[in-house]
Amino acid sequence: MVKFKLNGRDVTVDVPDDTPLLWALRDDLDLTGTKFGCGVGQCGACTVLVGGRATRSCITPLSSLEGADVTTIEGLDPNGKHAVQEAWKDIQVPQCGYCQSGQIMQAVSLLKDYPDPTDEEIDGVMGGSLCRCMTYVRIRKAIKKAAAALRKEEASHG
Amino acid sequence: MGKLERIAAQQDRAAGLGPSRRSFLLTAAGSAFLFGFARQGRAAQVYPQSAPAALKEAGAFEPTIWCSIAPDGWVNVNIIRAEMGQHIGTALARIIADEMEADWDKVRITYVDTDPKWGLMVTGGSWSVWMTWDQFRQAGAAARTVMVEQGAKLLGVAPAACIARNGKVIAGNRSISYGDIVSRAHPTKTYTPEEMAKLPLKPASEHRLIGKDVKALDIPSKTDGTAIYGIDAKLDGMVYARPKLPPTRYGSKVVSVDDSEAKKVKGYIRYIVLEDPSDTVPGWVAVLASSYPAAIRATDALKVVWTPGKTANVTEQDILDYGRKQIANKAGGSCVFNDPGVDETFAKAAKVVEQTYTCSSVLHYQLEPMNALARQHEGKWEVHCGNQWQSLFLPVIAKALQVPESEVVMRSYLLGGGFGRRLNGDYAVPAALISKAIGGKPVKLILTRSDDVLFDSIRSPSVQTVRAALGQDGAITAWQHHASAGWPTRVMASAFMEKGVDGKPYDQFAIAGADHWYDVGPMRVRALDNELASETFRPGWLRSVSSGWTPWAHESFLDEIAHARKLDPADYRLSLLDSKGRNAGSSPNSVGGASRQANVLRHLVEKCGYGKVSLPADTAIGIATTFGQERAMPTWTAGAVQVHVDRKTGVVTCQKIWLVLDAGTIIDPDGAAAQTEGGALWGLSMALFEGTEIVDGNVRDRNLNTYTPLRIADVPEMDVEFLPSTEKPMGLGEPGVTTIAPAVGNAIFNAVGVRLRHLPIRPADVLKALKEKGNA
Repeated sequence: MVKFKLNGRDVTVDVPDDTPLLWALRDDLDLTGTKFGCGVGQCGACTVLVGGRATRSCITPLSSLEGADVTTIEGLDPNGKHAVQEAWKDIQVPQCGYCQSGQIMQAVSLLKDYPDPTDEEIDGVMGGSLCRCMTYVRIRKAIKKAAAALRKEEASHG
Repeated sequence: MGKLERIAAQQDRAAGLGPSRRSFLLTAAGSAFLFGFARQGRAAQVYPQSAPAALKEAGAFEPTIWCSIAPDGWVNVNIIRAEMGQHIGTALARIIADEMEADWDKVRITYVDTDPKWGLMVTGGSWSVWMTWDQFRQAGAAARTVMVEQGAKLLGVAPAACIARNGKVIAGNRSISYGDIVSRAHPTKTYTPEEMAKLPLKPASEHRLIGKDVKALDIPSKTDGTAIYGIDAKLDGMVYARPKLPPTRYGSKVVSVDDSEAKKVKGYIRYIVLEDPSDTVPGWVAVLASSYPAAIRATDALKVVWTPGKTANVTEQDILDYGRKQIANKAGGSCVFNDPGVDETFAKAAKVVEQTYTCSSVLHYQLEPMNALARQHEGKWEVHCGNQWQSLFLPVIAKALQVPESEVVMRSYLLGGGFGRRLNGDYAVPAALISKAIGGKPVKLILTRSDDVLFDSIRSPSVQTVRAALGQDGAITAWQHHASAGWPTRVMASAFMEKGVDGKPYDQFAIAGADHWYDVGPMRVRALDNELASETFRPGWLRSVSSGWTPWAHESFLDEIAHARKLDPADYRLSLLDSKGRNAGSSPNSVGGASRQANVLRHLVEKCGYGKVSLPADTAIGIATTFGQERAMPTWTAGAVQVHVDRKTGVVTCQKIWLVLDAGTIIDPDGAAAQTEGGALWGLSMALFEGTEIVDGNVRDRNLNTYTPLRIADVPEMDVEFLPSTEKPMGLGEPGVTTIAPAVGNAIFNAVGVRLRHLPIRPADVLKALKEKGNA
């Protein structure tokens, strides 16, 4: 039994505690927005936030999450309108969309560290997230757009 | 074994967890936020998500099977194509809604399940818009005609006094909405295809949605986790399965199975040696468990002994050597073109030039691993999965189950990448067989990534030899192109093969592109089925199929000839695109013929400054031009690539890509650009970054630890332009791929003077070529 906070709520999951978080989310908690891609932490499709940091859920055993704060794509914003999600829609980033939950979670994490990221910073952080439809040009554009929106939000909140 | 497998292999310490006990416990009440949607029994994918989930079927007007108008005014459009990133439902709905004069804000699309009434369900070849264009405009015209007739009646005026706009019939300053017409007049008229074909269609000047920007209807769901892919399908009581894959794709036989170690995995249920009457998955053993991690671990623990098939020791080199021998043999294969006078012209040529080009195996590596959920339900076998060619594989599933096709239905889901992998529905068959073996209970088969790669139907390695006869002045007087590769269509869909000029069938998807629009005298274009490839693996259709590699040969070769003659490679190509004879084009698909290819090339050259701009040392632009996918449906394409070559490391950096295309009418401009951007980067990935090889009968690379497709840092600046046109729309899913590899090769030559003839181009190849040149 592992207890942690998921999308702002306390959950207890009754599966073997070395189950990768990915499968607990998808199959036990019914949150299928987080995707299975490579299974070895190298494609980024399974990215969620643990304590606000981008984490590959396919190689994160539940046992490491006792008491942690986990956010999935479903919990990023109550209305699906986080600045990154809005930018993703405005720029029409997703094609097949399968990697995009992971891309968005990774981008959210990126923008915490780099509120005004350069191309090099984007490449450095997003390099672990594979998009097989090759939507990269738009991912880069959308990150910059979201960054601008978040900075504006930050400024208006003083 | 990947990390997940390792983690999974240590798991399930807790005892005896069956599906019912593997439930979660929520300490907080009110899970609606956590669980945003229900997946159970979802009948069809409907977008936008804000649309009513179920149209009010009662009273809806359905003039054809393709669309209906409900009394509340919502228009439903049925989409039989797979959604795999091309936003095809949006594009097709724009066609029908434009002709119908519908209110776009009340249009929803439904990705339907299989039903014989839909006809051919296939999504590939960049065909969808092209093959639906007439049908959907006619269906839209049928709906509009009825709305105007009935609306006029309700308004008490003649139909001629009315116009239809934005979901309303308007007469002067009075109007009535389509919804009100349906609810008040209850129209029931239906149209046969013959009747529809006679309806007048709007001219291009009256298009109000086609060619205008639109937000794709499926995109919002792909930003908040609510999009449902095949792998997300779930049914009550389902168990999980993973295959234990045999050592060879074909011919392996199970000798013995020992599950004593697997039994120690908590959650392990049983193994099943699959008996497959369709012979799709010979030698498979399926492992069932109550969770997927348990299935992974139990599969690792299961010991199976096989007698391997005869290809257990085949290597990539064996396959390429086999292809070279086929090409050297004048007999064999089938000719797409075999014009009179080829041999005579070669015999009297002043000079004959020839080069051979090869390409490595390429993995699909679509990000959603192969999976399918199957069960028997209410007398039918249901297979839930994303798929690109239901009409091809539903009969295979029926054969495997030994039931009539009418007892099988494939439920449609979003595809986490297609790229041709899901044209081959082989992964659906074992799911159905497993379900049958457990009495029709629901089972979810998922392949781990290494399983998925091992079971991929890869882009076959290929060998191509191009030969030109030259006259005294150096001009090309005759042409031969011989291509050997595994033939996917022969293996999986032989009835769809084309017939060559000699009457022999050939796989058009293993030669298309070589049948180019240049005037180079009499041509022989010969396709050869590399049987050693087809025996070793199941060759696949991969984005842009042969047009992803045939231009690598002839567009490199033409460049070589131009340079040898000290001609500008762009001008030289333009001189060959003279639109004469069979290259004049024909209506409706190729009006203008080669002159349109010349046109995109001219625009490209102007745009990128090819041959004019001065660039730093070891940096240059290369060009190539193609007609997209296939001659019968040409998307005129010209591509330029600027590279820098690092002479010390051999690393080739692509700095910029320009593409100019004429695809006829563009339906969804942003979607068209997105497809082309993605295609071009696939082209770049296969030119510089990705490729594998056959070792001991299987692909060497199994995951991203060694397989290295292009990533964000490798992405160059991109400039994609579509030339305006009101001709019939062609396809855009794949043409973006086609020019990139030869343009890269040509750019490398322009930068550092070495010619590479194998894909992918690795730094070591560049260094080797530079060294050889230095020594020469």
